[in-house]
Amino acid sequence: MRNGDRDISGLVEPDRVHRLCYTDPDIFELEMERIHETLWTYVGHKSQVKAPGDYYTARIGRQPMIMVRGKDGEIRVFYNRCPHRGAMLCSDRSGNAGQRFRCSYHAWMYNFDGTVASIPATSGYDGTRMKLAEGDAGLKPAARVDNYRGFYFASLSPDGPDLETFLGGATLTFDQLVDRAPDGDVEVVGDCFRMIQKSNWKIFLENQLDVSHPSATHESTGVSAGQVEREIEKRDGQKPPLAYSFISAFKTPIEDWGKFDTVGHPYGHCFLAGYMGLRPQDPDTVEYETLLKQAHGEEKGEAILSTDLHHVLVYPSLSVQPPLQQLRAIRPLGVDRTLTEIWHFRLKGAPEAIYRRALDYYYLVNAPSTMVNADDLHNFWKCHNGLASEGGDWVSLHRNYGTDSERDGVLYSAPGTMSEMPLRHMMQAWAGYMGAGNGAGGR
Amino acid sequence: MPDAEARAAAPLPVAQVDAETQRAVEAFLYHQAEILDDALWNDWLGLFAPDGRYWMPAHKDQTRGDGVPNIFWEDLDLMTVRIRRNTHPHAWSQSPPNRLSHVVSNVVIESVAENGDVTVRSKFHCSEYLRYEVRHFAGKYRHELVPDGEGGYRIRLQRVDLLNAEGPFDYVIQWWL
Repeated sequence: MRNGDRDISGLVEPDRVHRLCYTDPDIFELEMERIHETLWTYVGHKSQVKAPGDYYTARIGRQPMIMVRGKDGEIRVFYNRCPHRGAMLCSDRSGNAGQRFRCSYHAWMYNFDGTVASIPATSGYDGTRMKLAEGDAGLKPAARVDNYRGFYFASLSPDGPDLETFLGGATLTFDQLVDRAPDGDVEVVGDCFRMIQKSNWKIFLENQLDVSHPSATHESTGVSAGQVEREIEKRDGQKPPLAYSFISAFKTPIEDWGKFDTVGHPYGHCFLAGYMGLRPQDPDTVEYETLLKQAHGEEKGEAILSTDLHHVLVYPSLSVQPPLQQLRAIRPLGVDRTLTEIWHFRLKGAPEAIYRRALDYYYLVNAPSTMVNADDLHNFWKCHNGLASEGGDWVSLHRNYGTDSERDGVLYSAPGTMSEMPLRHMMQAWAGYMGAGNGAGGR
Repeated sequence: MPDAEARAAAPLPVAQVDAETQRAVEAFLYHQAEILDDALWNDWLGLFAPDGRYWMPAHKDQTRGDGVPNIFWEDLDLMTVRIRRNTHPHAWSQSPPNRLSHVVSNVVIESVAENGDVTVRSKFHCSEYLRYEVRHFAGKYRHELVPDGEGGYRIRLQRVDLLNAEGPFDYVIQWWL
């Protein structure tokens, strides 16, 4: 059953998926190997490690990794493991390592490029098989590290497409995030929120592109926020803060969610078109738009602001929401446990008010006290438990099957539908990676 | 004086207060804990001054709540949304409803202003019964209280420093702790 003996292809059909894809521990191990530890996985943003010696740990598949900035300014990614006896080098999640990494166990020292700086009483290795001069004792780096506009990814496999080829059309999401900053740069704000979901990682990914769920799942929050929104307006005689509309939007009737288009790109990446008109004509937005158009020119500025994009799912590890300046990194911990790291960005050069409204969304939707994801995570837990049962073998992905269209290798859901195309698309990509491992995304 | 002794000689602020004030403040803190534990949501908003706020920082060293990420940062309007949402029949995450049980202790009044405003710190331990399992939260409260004119208090600001503020969190925190 292990390592490819299982016939994975039989588990994914064009319009339905077998429950074992979500619940089988052996399949989980295999997908860590062939997907998360092979494809380009998001590690972090350059602003998490601003100074030489700054490091941040991150998990790629099952592997504990360190992202560190060197004295030469380069950001590198290593396994968080001392080559001597295997101790983790960094036990803090983040920090500054000073002049070099120092293993706590025997004081072996490493430069931030991974080379050995010093080993106490080195002569003890004279005449042994370990050749220090040949780099025998250096830190093991990720096979490949690259970034797109400051967003760092690593692949633990030497083979496969380069980062920009892999991202393909999904580069738009990073362009959108960065280009929305009048100064052309973004930075993380504080640390990320970290939440653990008691479900398989793919259930989270699918929910991100599932437009038929919000009004059903989040009804209680949409209705309650809508009530208070109206009460504030009546009491204060003025429009309530924009933040309320972020969550009252969830009371939008289910039939209306079909107007938000979904798109499937090669390698499993998916787009959800924007459903929050974040261009109100309040003074802050007007000031911001003026600044942005001064920076980019009228035409490009308008093109950036009018791009219809709510978020992009960069398969398999990232969901980015450029208009709301945040991203969620997905770190599978086990077949039924998934960690999400939720980061928030400041657009350099944008008015404080633009940051604040994104902060409101970050709080209401993504903080550990969230009134929105509370119900998502509850549903994920229920899904995982249901799928672990023998009450049925298949997960239905039939909605609007057969009506999707393809143009230049990109899939489009039929207009006006709540097609489950992105869910089918991601599982076809999954089958491709799991079966042949050709990275073509099952297309 | 050696450093360690100097630190011990300069503890966190402690006000000299009469037993009556101490009792009144403690009674207020216990009352708030009972409202959470017994889900008396009609009484919750009345604990707070009209401009009152409940704040749980996302980091132990945080010095402000405004304009930065927090675990909780709620005024009366947002608290109203939370009460209505969590008690809505379609609040799926409340099926089964979670339950809280608080112990509040180590109540130290830091200052009493001339107008009667009180700053008080305390410790709490809260067990939560969630989906038929129990989990635990612990931390420190810091209440800024204003007299309500009837011998009691209202909260202007409650800061809640969770022991594990930086997470990660298993699932979410649905009610104030």
